[in-house]
Amino acid sequence: MPSRTSVTRPRPALGNPFQILLLACSFALAGYAGVRLFAGDWRAVALWVAGAALLHDLVLLPLYTVADRAVLRGLGAAGRREWTPYVRVPAALSGLLLLVWFPLITGMTAGRYRSATGLSPDGFLARWLLISAVLFGGSALLLALRGRERGRPRRAAKRRPPAVH
Amino acid sequence: MRDHPPRLPSSPGFWRSPLRGPWFTSVLGLVLLAGITVLFLTGLVSYAAYNPDLSRVNDQTPDKGILGFYLFAWPTGPVWLYRFTQGLHVTLGITLIPVLLAKLWSVVPRLFALPPARSVAHALERISLLLLVGGGLFEFTTGVLNIQLDYVFPGSFYPLHFYGAWVFFAAFTAHAVLKAPTALRAVRRRRREEGDLVSPRPEPPTVSRRGALALVGGGSLLLFLTTVGQSLGGPFRRTALLAPHGAADPGGGPNGFQINKTAAYAGITTADTHREGWRLIVTGRTGTVRLSRAELLRLPQHSASLPIACVEGWSTADQWWRGVRLSDLAALVGHAGDPPDVLVESLQRHGAFRRAALRANQVADPRALLALYVNGEELSPDHGYPARIIVPAAPGVLNTKWVARLTFGDL
Repeated sequence: MPSRTSVTRPRPALGNPFQILLLACSFALAGYAGVRLFAGDWRAVALWVAGAALLHDLVLLPLYTVADRAVLRGLGAAGRREWTPYVRVPAALSGLLLLVWFPLITGMTAGRYRSATGLSPDGFLARWLLISAVLFGGSALLLALRGRERGRPRRAAKRRPPAVH
Repeated sequence: MRDHPPRLPSSPGFWRSPLRGPWFTSVLGLVLLAGITVLFLTGLVSYAAYNPDLSRVNDQTPDKGILGFYLFAWPTGPVWLYRFTQGLHVTLGITLIPVLLAKLWSVVPRLFALPPARSVAHALERISLLLLVGGGLFEFTTGVLNIQLDYVFPGSFYPLHFYGAWVFFAAFTAHAVLKAPTALRAVRRRRREEGDLVSPRPEPPTVSRRGALALVGGGSLLLFLTTVGQSLGGPFRRTALLAPHGAADPGGGPNGFQINKTAAYAGITTADTHREGWRLIVTGRTGTVRLSRAELLRLPQHSASLPIACVEGWSTADQWWRGVRLSDLAALVGHAGDPPDVLVESLQRHGAFRRAALRANQVADPRALLALYVNGEELSPDHGYPARIIVPAAPGVLNTKWVARLTFGDL
């Protein structure tokens, strides 16, 4: 039977035809807008679109992964793996704010900002540092409080009878 | 050697986080599905608010073709309309950044997965993901840079962000249609986690999946709380600690509210706006009249309480403007009763919106003024002295400052 012979012949899999049609439709619309997006300096725009994805996937993501693992390894070596969230959370939040607001925080647009808005560009770095101080400080306080809570009964039982004080 | 660690990211064992799996990715994906849909719609609304189909001078994207299919005459009420839609667009966009980053982190093993394509459909999907990720990051990046006045992107913000949004949306829609059913199932039924995202050799967990979601939500909340004040104004502005128009108002007094572009930045000098030298030129059906500021002050004066709302997402509370109705000025040059569209020209020598067009419905609104006073004082140079346009619900940039000429009639 002809149909049986065609099954044995190797050919590239097509996949879901609905998915192919949907994606073709998507590409057509993206192409319609893309022609207009690339109408100006198309090389630079293509660099930005592809660069944004590459910069994120190959630089930003590995960078914060490596930083996170360094924290884990360092705390693990010190036998304090359970402290990880106390470092990770404030560092992630502070880093997030820097990532979003770095043009203002670093002052790279300070001149234009001052002349356009009439506002001082000087406060952003200070406010970011203060927010970071609150985040890390709050985390340290929490760690200290939890440490005392956990440590108290154990230490009391181990070291001295409660009657001593 | 069974435990030899895989060196290449294309090997599933390379990725060791026990967090990755369909549940985590699906929760983030569904949040983005709702959030990005709102971003896209409010973006389209903002585009319509500029009335780009009214006149070439309002249109930063003259080649839009069918992408402007939905355009409509932007209404003049409620007066906070653009304040709301654009504040939502920008604040939500910033709030979604941690969700976007976490979503991309959760699926990064797939970027390196081999073979590159299992089928034609799969190959197309991976190409589409390039548009999705590249387009999405492009939109978020251009938006975040633009509100910080960091104009490093290759071209004018308006066409890049608008056309980029359509490229992104094309890929986003396909992705949503293909993945949303799976995501809904993964979130509803929390069975044992399985699939290509689950690490075959996970490390011991340092945080639960819910804990990780809480961190993402905490990041969103922190960004939201340090941004939203710039769109609420009043006492809340001080809470927007890192937003471009947060924390402080420029100077004090009646003119001490947020400025988009100062007179100095726009190249306006006192010689341009000098009381003796400046004349407003109004042209219409019956010819041209030239009015000094003193003559404008002798025309009927009206008041309106209206906000300034910028495309950058920040806005001010209502300010109390006083001046001459645009419809009265139209009547001066032969358009009594049926005000037409108007072309407004500023003294500004450069800048994308030194000329702007207003539609007849905007001119006809009794709250649409050529303002001479604000909050009981003369306009300051930075707020448009000697005269500026103020129109209810219009994007800030259409409220032309330092007005030199009004031309009524079909544009």
